[in-house]
Amino acid sequence: MRDDSKSFVSLAILNRNFEEVKAGLSPAAAMDESNRCLYCYDAPCIQACPTGINIPSFIKKIASGNLKGSATTIMEANPIGASCARVCPTEELCEGACVLNHSTKPIMIGDLQRYATDWAIKNEQILFKAGEKNGMSVGIIGGGPAGLSAARELARLGYDVTIYEAKSKAGGLNTYGIVSFRLPQKVAQWEVEQVEKLGVQIKTNITVGRDISVNEILETYDSVILAIGMSKGPMLQIEGEELKGVYDAIQFVEDSKTKEITDELIGKRVVVIGAGNTAIDAATCSVRLGAENVKILYRRSQKEMTAYEFEFEFAKQDNVEFRWLTAPTRLIGDSIGQIRQLECIKMKLGDPGIDGRRRPVPIEGSEFILEVDAVIKAIGQTRYLELIDAFGLEQHKGVVKINLETYQTSNPKVYAVGDVIFGEGQGEAMVVSAAQHGKKAAYAIHQQLKNSIIETA
Amino acid sequence: MADLRINLAGIESPNPFWLASAPPTNSGYQVQRAFEAGWGGAVWKTLGEPIINTSSRFAAISFNGKKVVGFNNIELITDRPLEVNLKEIYETKKRFPNHAIIASLMVEPSREKWHEIVKRVEDVGVDGLELNFGCPHGMAERGMGSASGQQPDLVESQTMWVKEVAKTPVIVKLTPNITDITMTAKAAVRGGADAISMINTINSLAGVDLDTWNTIPHVAGKGAHGGYCGPAVKPIALNMVAECARNANINIPLSGIGGISNWRDAVEFMLMGATGVQVCTAAMHHGFSIVEDMIDGLNNYLDEKGILSVTELIGKSVEKYSDWGNLDLNYQTVAKINTDICINCNKCHIACEDTAHQCIDMLTDPKGNKYLKVREADCVGCNLCAIVCPEEGAISMIELPREKIAMTWNERQHALASLRG
Ligand SMILES: Cc1cc2nc3c(=O)[nH]c(=O)nc-3n(C[C@H](O)[C@H](O)[C@H](O)COP(=O)(O)OP(=O)(O)OC[C@H]3O[C@@H](n4cnc5c(N)ncnc54)[C@H](O)[C@@H]3O)c2cc1C
Ligand SMILES: Cc1cc2nc3c(=O)[nH]c(=O)nc-3n(C[C@H](O)[C@H](O)[C@H](O)COP(=O)(O)O)c2cc1C
Ligand code: SF4
Ligand code: SF4
Ligand code: SF4
Repeated sequence: MRDDSKSFVSLAILNRNFEEVKAGLSPAAAMDESNRCLYCYDAPCIQACPTGINIPSFIKKIASGNLKGSATTIMEANPIGASCARVCPTEELCEGACVLNHSTKPIMIGDLQRYATDWAIKNEQILFKAGEKNGMSVGIIGGGPAGLSAARELARLGYDVTIYEAKSKAGGLNTYGIVSFRLPQKVAQWEVEQVEKLGVQIKTNITVGRDISVNEILETYDSVILAIGMSKGPMLQIEGEELKGVYDAIQFVEDSKTKEITDELIGKRVVVIGAGNTAIDAATCSVRLGAENVKILYRRSQKEMTAYEFEFEFAKQDNVEFRWLTAPTRLIGDSIGQIRQLECIKMKLGDPGIDGRRRPVPIEGSEFILEVDAVIKAIGQTRYLELIDAFGLEQHKGVVKINLETYQTSNPKVYAVGDVIFGEGQGEAMVVSAAQHGKKAAYAIHQQLKNSIIETA
Repeated sequence: MADLRINLAGIESPNPFWLASAPPTNSGYQVQRAFEAGWGGAVWKTLGEPIINTSSRFAAISFNGKKVVGFNNIELITDRPLEVNLKEIYETKKRFPNHAIIASLMVEPSREKWHEIVKRVEDVGVDGLELNFGCPHGMAERGMGSASGQQPDLVESQTMWVKEVAKTPVIVKLTPNITDITMTAKAAVRGGADAISMINTINSLAGVDLDTWNTIPHVAGKGAHGGYCGPAVKPIALNMVAECARNANINIPLSGIGGISNWRDAVEFMLMGATGVQVCTAAMHHGFSIVEDMIDGLNNYLDEKGILSVTELIGKSVEKYSDWGNLDLNYQTVAKINTDICINCNKCHIACEDTAHQCIDMLTDPKGNKYLKVREADCVGCNLCAIVCPEEGAISMIELPREKIAMTWNERQHALASLRG
């Protein structure tokens, strides 16, 4: 029997769980922290930011009360700067490089970046203007960080830009994939608006390759940018994957951002398979949905985990348990097809594979059973191979091949940026690198098309 | 985008931010780097008979861990040959025709010497001259700098000598080491100055080393007074600018100098009557690139206020600056503590209790929570509690509704006199 009054209270609590965990800096804290920055010359924090934000400059502007200037400095270098303030692994990037690591403690660059961009969001600032139209057009497939970043720069350079986005909103994983309590949708939507206000057309609910043909795209535009990111998670290839209560992590998080929060997981035992960013988001999301026990299963050891240290800490604070060197072998359901048990096997690390990480090998006879109510698969993402093939682009295991300087693919008219070029030793899947790719591809396109602009002018 | 251009007594520059005559403007290399970074003008390091500088020249005051709150130096004027400076001024002007280059000059109080140097620097194409009557050390011992700047008649006559031959605008830079800045400012006006700039540095001794008992800084164990500048001197400089701005006999443009570190400081100086500003210490602390935020912040400020040209700021607050005798004695404010924001450090209580008017009570509510409350009837509205409060917004000073009509001290004395009449 369901107790409605109880579940009403619980749902209210669950909804609150999805509010942003970290509060923004207060004005006094921002003032203290910004005045602590040394304003270094040739500052290492700038070098460590993939988009090269002039960090001392934007921090000085907070200190002087020039918040509009501060937000402009950030967004100029990084069109996704408001989201990045929240989701960048700052200790690996800017903050990790801050000179104050050697003396006191690093400047909270991410928090200051958030302070300045929050100001711009709150005060409804429009920070950039579209360039004078140059008569050339670019079509962008995918409205995630990479596509938006390219669009912003191209619009400023005077291009007619159209983005095709399969979902009903642009923003990519920032809108649908990164949990709300780390990145509220409204932040990603503000960045989308900033791009739209430059006259960029965003055609949502259009899947290229299905609703519009690749050929039509190639014929319509002077250049095309492929910024489709990656697809759903792959299958585990073990028995029982079709059972009720088995989820794909990307879809699972997306539901938490787009659908009504449910009480389905309250008091339940959840196992998340994998130990990357997605696994952490799925695990902490489960905790917030009321799960009683959440375990992360990883077939390698803590050392090989791809989640960042801060994410690991965050999950531990949420009481997520980690089971290292453990792999799933079978999903076991009950008579009505609901998952009930997970059979696992212990692993040990063998010789290093091509990526340098030691390969996990099963320890024979070490199988054991975990009682579960839900299993979330977070073992990476698959590729949109079909679309990549439809474009006829050179690729390796779905990772589109590019010129590392220009982001040009094997088709000179087509550029590829963001997660679609990540993998197989190429880059790291981060919002900030996607933003940088987008910028660089925009400049490369401009470089390539500029001459024809001059000719036709 | 607001118009940031200024015109100070005929000297035009793309923005109001100039580098003051000091180490940042020592050479062509530096001034060109500064112009590239965005500075609108530069007053070249003071030219004159080359001198010898001491080793160990600067010291700074850190306050509670904040570096360079004040800066102290015993440096003299340029130690480079005049010909070298002139050549570099020429080259710099050629490369940056739209930026303002002003030659700062200091020679003995002799008519011939002034005539000679003015002609030489004007020949290389400067936009203006600044007469340095301000350095408080070294040059003063030789009858120059503040030694002549402290004597109104010397300021007047030397300005006059320069004006006899100068073809470009003449700015007289004043020393703050004087009781009433308007005395020397008026002397400069009488001498025919086209503008005045202030302040140069203030006599100072930065400190004494507790172990060696040497002065800070020291030169082989001996020290001498230096000149003080940087953020700590801003209120002194701002007052001097304001005093000149509101003086009816000083009606030439002002160039504000002293402790200007960002666009906000610049706005304050301009509101108080400066046509433009000069900066030294802030650039020495952080490099030329600080001008980026100065320009950007000023521009955003003007845009936000809907002001089209920065020149519209000049002097807008001057009429609000007056004599004590003109302040309304019947105006009353009181402190109000917002207990929601208060963090209960009790600093306001003890400040008022020990050193003001004993009117902040430490109370406990029925639930046992401590809170502070101002007894308004006893509060004199001195601002002390709000000043020591660490939490923005926890204490606000509230205007009380008027009980009596406005009455200044001067009006009161006048009324009393007419009663006695
Ligand atoms: C759960 C999770 C957590 C993460 N956490 C972080 C983090 O904390 N910090 C961090 O830096 N990075 C994080 N990442 C990685 C980051 O989200 C990605 O690297 C980044 O979003 C890549 O941007 P993108 O524009 O290349 O791709 P995406 O964001 O995936 O955007 C691609 C867009 O293309 C659209 N699209 C795809 N195919 C088509 C088509 N055929 N037609 C039209 N549109 C199409 C998609 O709908 C999508 O909107 C996380 C990722 C996940 C999954
Ligand atoms: C090291 C040093 C050297 C200076 N030399 C000169 C000089 O040669 N001529 C001059 O007119 N002022 C000189 N000044 C004074 C500055 O031009 C300026 O008036 C003063 O520093 C106040 O501005 P600030 O607070 O921005 O530093 C010097 C200041 C410093 C710190
Ligand atoms: S810390 Fe190093 S780089 Fe910085 S001022 Fe001192 S010596 Fe120069
Ligand atoms: S390295 Fe640290 S202290 Fe230096 S500019 Fe960057 S954030 Fe500021
Ligand atoms: S304003 Fe002055 S007198 Fe009034 S409460 Fe504060 S410290 Fe006391």
